[in-house]
Amino acid sequence: MEKFTKLTGVAAPLPLINVDTDMIIPKQFLKTIKRTGLGKSLFHEMRYDDEGEEIEHFLLNTPAYREAKILIAGANFGCGSSREHAPWALMDFGIRCIIAPSFADIFFNNCFKNGILPIVLPQEDVDKLMDDAERGANATITVDLEEQVITGPDGDTIAFEVDPFRKHSLIHGLDEIGLTMEKADAIADFEAERAARTPWLAGA
Amino acid sequence: MAKTLYDKIWDSHVVHEAEDGTCLLYIDRHLVHEVTSPQAFEGLRMAGRRVRHPESTIAVPDHNVPTDVNRAAGIEDEQSRIQVEALRKNAKDFGVEIFDVADIRQGIVHIIGPEQGLTQPGMTIVCGDSHTATHGAFGALAHGIGTSEVEHVLATQTLIQKKSKNMKVEVTGTLPVGVTAKDVTLSIIGETGTAGGTGHVIEYCGEAIEALSMEGRMTVCNMAIEGGARAGLIAPDEKTFAYLKGRPRSPKGEDWEKAVAYWRTLFTDEGAHYDRVLTLAAEKIAPVVTWGTSPEDVLPITSTVPHPEDFKGGKVEAARRALDYMGLTPGMRLQDVEIDTVFIGSCTNGRIEDLREVARVMEGHKVKDGLRAMIVPGSGLVRAQAEEEGIAQKLIEAGFDWRMAGCSMCLGMNPDQLAPGERCASTSNRNFEGRQGYKGRTHLMSPAMAAAAAITGRLTDVREIA
Ligand code: SF4
Repeated sequence: MEKFTKLTGVAAPLPLINVDTDMIIPKQFLKTIKRTGLGKSLFHEMRYDDEGEEIEHFLLNTPAYREAKILIAGANFGCGSSREHAPWALMDFGIRCIIAPSFADIFFNNCFKNGILPIVLPQEDVDKLMDDAERGANATITVDLEEQVITGPDGDTIAFEVDPFRKHSLIHGLDEIGLTMEKADAIADFEAERAARTPWLAGA
Repeated sequence: MAKTLYDKIWDSHVVHEAEDGTCLLYIDRHLVHEVTSPQAFEGLRMAGRRVRHPESTIAVPDHNVPTDVNRAAGIEDEQSRIQVEALRKNAKDFGVEIFDVADIRQGIVHIIGPEQGLTQPGMTIVCGDSHTATHGAFGALAHGIGTSEVEHVLATQTLIQKKSKNMKVEVTGTLPVGVTAKDVTLSIIGETGTAGGTGHVIEYCGEAIEALSMEGRMTVCNMAIEGGARAGLIAPDEKTFAYLKGRPRSPKGEDWEKAVAYWRTLFTDEGAHYDRVLTLAAEKIAPVVTWGTSPEDVLPITSTVPHPEDFKGGKVEAARRALDYMGLTPGMRLQDVEIDTVFIGSCTNGRIEDLREVARVMEGHKVKDGLRAMIVPGSGLVRAQAEEEGIAQKLIEAGFDWRMAGCSMCLGMNPDQLAPGERCASTSNRNFEGRQGYKGRTHLMSPAMAAAAAITGRLTDVREIA
C-alpha cells in the first residue's frame, strides 16, 4: 500500500450529500479484474455526456481541479456498495484525501486499505474548507497525517482525529495481511478452542 | 454483565484484541462472487499465499450472469465473461467450491447461503458485497467487506475490526393487511435516513419482526445497509431452526442437537445496553414506494411527490436533483406515476415467498399491455420450486417474463437494464442514479406492490387490488 504522510494539493468542492458508490464508479466499470485504470471513469455519469464527451462545467473537468488531490464533500459520502473500485477510482484519478462530515462505514474502511485518508470533520469546518476549495487552483490545502492537522490556503489550521492503528498503517504503508499472519499461532489456538466449543463449525 | 446479541457473537469470535480496541475477528463463513474477488485472488497469487480454509468458503457467479433461459449460449459480453471465468479459475486453483452457472444451486450469493444452510446462527459471515447483512436474519453477524478485506479473510480467515455500537430497532404490534417486510424495512430507513445506522449494528426485534417468516426477516436485514448499518441482526428462534433443519450444509445428527442448544443462547439479555433505540408501531406502517434516488426518499403510496422546500440543509438540493432525475413534479399523486417496467427479484425479494406473493396478487389479473415485466428468481432452486408449485406457469400466463437466476436488473451489470428515462417498479434495494441502467428511474417497493403496478401500469396501492 502507498504510504500517506503529508499531502499538499488542490482541494475540489463537491457539495452533495449521500454521494453513493454508483455515482463514484458506475457498475459497468466493475467488470475489470485489475485495480488500476479506473480514474478516467470516476464520477462517470456526472463527468461525461451521452456521447462520452466531457461535460465542461463538471468540477473535475475544469482546468483548476483536474489535478485535485483532495475532495471536500457532503455528509454520508460513499454510501451504497462495498465496491473497492470506488477508492481505486479516486486513487487512480489522484485523490488521496477526502474530507466530509460523515462517511459510509464500508467505504471509509476501504479508503484506508488503499492509501487514501478519509477525514471526518464537524459541518462548520467542512463548510469553511468547502469555501476555500471554491477558489480553484488557489485552493491549496496541506494535510499532515503525522501531526493530524489540515492547513488551509490562508494558513489557518484545523485539527482532526484518526484511529491510531489506521494512522500507523497508512504512514508506514503496511501490508495488513502480513501483519495478521504473524499472529498465526493465536489464530490456530482460537481454531482449536472453537472446534471444541462448536464442533459443527470445524471443517464446515 | 448483560449482553446484546451482537456483543455475544462478537465476543465469541475475538482472536486478539489490541490496546486501542482493534480486534482480530474470526470469520466462520466467507461467500465470494465474481465482481469483488478477482483482485483478491490475484493478491494471494502474487504473495504466494493460499486460502486458509477453502471449506469455509463458497464461490458463486451472480452479478454478471445473463438471466436468459438459454444459458448454454454463454456470456456474450467479453468483460463479464472474463470475470466469471476468473472466478471459475480462482475457485479451482485455490480449492474453493463453486456453484457454477450451469449448477441448479447457482443464484444470488445472499439467497444461496441460507438456502444451502451455509448461513447459521451465531456465525460471523462476510462477503465482498454490502448486502451480506441479509444473513443477519438468522442471528449471524454478517457484513459486507471490500476486496482488500476479501483477500485478508481468504489468507487468514480473520478480519481486522473495531466493534460497532449497538442499535435496537423495535417494531411493536401487528402489521396491517397489505403491509410486508419490505414496507417495514423501507419505513425504518425513512425514519433513520440512509446514514442513521452508520457505525452501528442494528438488532431488529419486537412482535412484528418475530411474526415475520424467515424470508421476511431476510428482506428486513438485507436493507440494514441502506440505513447505514453494516449489519442487521434478528435473534434466532424456532422458525429459524425449522428453516435450517435438513438443509444440505446444516449440522446433522448429534451436531444438530448441540448446535440448536447453542443457538438458543443467542438473544439479548434483559437490561443489556443499546447506544441507540428506535421504536416503530407496526400499525402505523403503510405500503410504501420511493420517489427519489436514495432509499430514504420513501413515502406511503397514498402520498404526493414532495417539494424540495419540504426538506432541510443539504437535502433541499439533493431532493431537487432527485426529482429532476426522476422526472417527477412536486405535488403529483404517487399513484399517478406511470411505469414502463416491473422487476421482481434481487437478494431483497427473490425468494419463493416473494414469488408466491406476486402470484397471489396477480390471481385473476394480467400484466398491463405494453409493460415489460420480468421475474428473476433468486436461485435455480427457487426457480425450480416455483415451477413445481405451479406458480411459474401462472405468472407466465399473466404475462411475466420468467427468467434464470441472478442479480439481473438489480444492478445492470448483465444485459438486463433500463433504457434512459425508463421507469421501473422494482423489488430491489437501491434507487441510486443509474443503478438499474444509465438514466433509468427506479421506484423501490414490495413484491405485492410491484405486482399491483404490473396490473395497472402505474404505482398502485396493492390494498385496492388484493
Ligand atoms: S441482487 Fe442486487 S443487491 Fe443483491 S447481491 Fe445482487 S446486485 Fe447486490
